[in-house]
Amino acid sequence: MGRSADNPLKDAFASLGRVTVLFLDTMRSIFAKRFRGRDLMEQLHFIGVKSQSVVLLTGAFTGMVMCAQFYIQFHKVKMDSAVMSVVTVAMARELGAVLTSLMIAGRVGAAMAAQLGTMKVTEQIDALRTLATSPVDYLVAPRLLAMFISLPLLTAEAIAISMVSGMLVAVYLLGLDPVFLWSNMVFYTGAVDIWMGLIKAFIFAGIIATVACHKGMHCGQGAEGVGKATTEAVVAASISILVSNFFVTLVLNNLLIYQE
Amino acid sequence: MIEVTQLHKSFAQQQVLRGVSLTIDEGESVVIIGGSGCGKSVLLRHIIGLVQPDEGDVKIDGQSIADLSERELIKVRRKFGMLFQGAALFDSLTVEENVGFLLEREQTMSPAEIRGTVADALELVDLGGTQTKKPAELSGGMKKRVGLARAIVYKPEIILYDEPTTGLDPVVADSIDQLVIRMRDQLKCTSIVVTHDTRSMRRVGNRVMMLHHGEIHANGTPDDIFNSTDPVVHKFVNGIADPKDLEF
Repeated sequence: MGRSADNPLKDAFASLGRVTVLFLDTMRSIFAKRFRGRDLMEQLHFIGVKSQSVVLLTGAFTGMVMCAQFYIQFHKVKMDSAVMSVVTVAMARELGAVLTSLMIAGRVGAAMAAQLGTMKVTEQIDALRTLATSPVDYLVAPRLLAMFISLPLLTAEAIAISMVSGMLVAVYLLGLDPVFLWSNMVFYTGAVDIWMGLIKAFIFAGIIATVACHKGMHCGQGAEGVGKATTEAVVAASISILVSNFFVTLVLNNLLIYQE
Repeated sequence: MIEVTQLHKSFAQQQVLRGVSLTIDEGESVVIIGGSGCGKSVLLRHIIGLVQPDEGDVKIDGQSIADLSERELIKVRRKFGMLFQGAALFDSLTVEENVGFLLEREQTMSPAEIRGTVADALELVDLGGTQTKKPAELSGGMKKRVGLARAIVYKPEIILYDEPTTGLDPVVADSIDQLVIRMRDQLKCTSIVVTHDTRSMRRVGNRVMMLHHGEIHANGTPDDIFNSTDPVVHKFVNGIADPKDLEF
């Protein structure tokens, strides 16, 4: 496929168009159930089970750091017991989904791009096509569906562990009253906050899997091509997550928060 | 029957194919020869629809495939088996899973039948008993044999070989040639072999076409090609370098 190196804007739109076409083709494949259950289970294991340590550490330490930082400001205005409610809402609405997605983009997105890129340069993707098998059905569909299922669950896990770890810091390190912390946290955190995080995670899942698979399947030649595709997959997915997060937040605020 | 008409293909500024036309009848064994980078593999990839032409057409049994979508091409490709230059085995799967890949995807046979058919195909390429091995455990020649077993296991009508002997020692290369001949004679399918190995060309082909500067430069029996007085063909089959290529 020809590329116009002198027009990066045109390239960016062309790339966006190809990613969109791949996403729509993959969604058709998922709804038509053209993928194998065994491949889906393998991807669920790779994305969901093998990301546990990364997600738990990210959620736990983010919750602890936020608790320690918010306490300093809240203590100045004598609102110590509101610390955990802010930590929880921030994690539920924003940081849980964004940080988990960024970590998964690094761990899983890179692996997907490298794996598919290696298959491309060793002609394995062409071999799939000669064996009357669509690479979208065999490679992309199980990865995208597994990501749709796993990322919201991992995000929920990160939110939960951040609440627990933040609470531990607040009670045992900062000496705050657990009863007031708990009652404020429960009072100010609604189901809508959790839903917001989970919806975002679902959207980011689509971005990570589609971008990573697209970069892998269209990588250049040799080891350099695979390396470049892997880097581009992580960078493009991460930037897409951060940029789209702003617009998704605006939309979800309108749909979920302002309607209450 | 395979008909290629006025095929043109460029990559970036490089024009690879400049109006290739050829016809291959059912059951023929055709060898396409030519220097490195002359577009032999690109031509082969057009025939199976892995590459879309810039201009021209490819017809398989009268059906034009140049403008078919990827999903429409899947049905056409079921007629083909292809052996890739590097074998292109799926490295996460065992030999048995590689060879039985399409049979397992199509789900028209029971697992026991698939295992039996795969074992037969592996016996045909003299690799019985290697079912549980992974591609990383195989030598280059064994990988090509497994690739060949994968290409023939579902009994395609046309088998494409992309540089089947490249990178192999003469003894292993000879055994691959023998396998190509065995496939041709036992399966009675159409064979297209892309190679720059003139010894291989003489053994496996009923007809030889030479690709030069993006066009079919010569077309005839192996003897016609070997005895050709055309300077380009003569230099190629006898391995004579152009004097200007020797100026370092």
